[in-house]
Amino acid sequence: MRYTFLTYSRPEDFANVPPEELGQLKGLFGAYIGSLKAAGILVGVDWLQPVSNATTVSDGGDRIHDGPFAETKETLGGYMTIEVPDLDTAISWAKKCPMAKYGAVEIRPTAMDA
Amino acid sequence: MAHEERMAEVMRSSYGRLLAILASTSGDILIAEDALSDAFAKALIHWPSDMPKNPEAWLLTVARHRLIDVRRRDARIDFRDELPEPQGPEGHPADIPDDRLKLMFVCAHPAIDARMHTPLMLQTVLGLDSEVIARAFLLPHTTMAKRLVRAKRKIRDTAVAFQVPDREDLPARLTAVLEAIYAAFSQDWMGDGPLAQEALFLATLLVDLVPDDAEVLGLAAVIAFSLSRDAARVDGDRFVALEDQDPSKWNTALIHRATAYLSRAQALGHIGRFQLEAAIQSVHADRLHTGITNWPALVQLHLGLSHIAPTIGATVSYAAALGKVGKPDEGLAALLRIEAKVLAGFAPGQATRAYLLAELGRIGEAVAAYEVAIALTQEPALRRHLEGKRAALGAQLM
Repeated sequence: MRYTFLTYSRPEDFANVPPEELGQLKGLFGAYIGSLKAAGILVGVDWLQPVSNATTVSDGGDRIHDGPFAETKETLGGYMTIEVPDLDTAISWAKKCPMAKYGAVEIRPTAMDA
Repeated sequence: MAHEERMAEVMRSSYGRLLAILASTSGDILIAEDALSDAFAKALIHWPSDMPKNPEAWLLTVARHRLIDVRRRDARIDFRDELPEPQGPEGHPADIPDDRLKLMFVCAHPAIDARMHTPLMLQTVLGLDSEVIARAFLLPHTTMAKRLVRAKRKIRDTAVAFQVPDREDLPARLTAVLEAIYAAFSQDWMGDGPLAQEALFLATLLVDLVPDDAEVLGLAAVIAFSLSRDAARVDGDRFVALEDQDPSKWNTALIHRATAYLSRAQALGHIGRFQLEAAIQSVHADRLHTGITNWPALVQLHLGLSHIAPTIGATVSYAAALGKVGKPDEGLAALLRIEAKVLAGFAPGQATRAYLLAELGRIGEAVAAYEVAIALTQEPALRRHLEGKRAALGAQLM
């Protein structure tokens, strides 16, 4: 089954993280993505710019506004999609994701197979 | 009639075992339940004239055919409804795998709402009716039924794995299973509700499936010890506290069973919450032979328990034990560790506070604390017990 990891964090939590640790985090992420690739389960991945750079289109395209769809403390920072047999395998991979330590990883199974 | 009874017995005893197999092969409890009830319905028609040699295998075969039929129908392919050979497949129950442990891990899965762990287990492993479960959990039947379906859909739609967790995850996952069984037991700790025997069945089953885990054995011992006192717990219409019970009313067979579980747990050399609770129960059970309760030992065990599992209940029990060894002042001090607001709303805490105050001769305060405890207590037998305590103190005040 295909599962997408949505990584959430609070931007304010990163405000006080020293630059060298942020650099380290990038390295950790690279290694993590590498391990997903090596396991042959990675379907897609992206890492997103902050919500301050978000543009939202709604009302059938009539409304375009600056900013995210919903103003929340926790923001979506990126996603990874993997193909594994079951939720338990997905959970074991999500536990290894660096964002499980700095924020949270929401696991959502695909609805396209149904 | 004997025939019908035998049929009912086969269905009851094989329900969880068969459902576990069907659910773990399909990953879908809902479809497995449908297939199994279809097999039971067919059995009701065919068995009276032709009872198979191996009814369990017969049911499994029919249910598996049904699962395949449903799949074919979903794929819009024609199918033929088949029954197993009249005598059923040869082979004996030992050939049928036991997947109930996998099913228990799924029911207590961290991706499933923790409040639903126990209801799911009761329904799938034991085949308990959702109406009975709803009553035990004080919920309207429709609410419970909806929640059960929602949980089963999540298990199916997110592909929760029917497997025994690997070594790394096992301790936490097993704890969740133990807690679900303990919750069934504590829902009915008076022993007169529908779940107490079911909890013992689940705990015993878990001992069979995981024979070398100290906490699994500890939980089975706790439940067996508690059930051994069913007949002594209520006198007429009034609850009787453990230390006031008549040991001749205790069920010695269950005490032996509990003691055997506890010895096996202790031999494994790993102390846990349930093993400590069982050890506490075992000290109480010793009164059957010694005629006295070893309160100093209980103080130590309750202290240990309040460290290993710092719950409000554990602190309250520790405080009460201190009262029994002539240290009611220390007992009151122990109660103060509980947040005042929480203690104010916790009936056993108020009852213990009342007992300790009475021991210190602070009768007026003790009566007031009993009144709070009574106001917080719904269970009629327990209320009468507390009212008796309060009345006895009230007489002293006169």
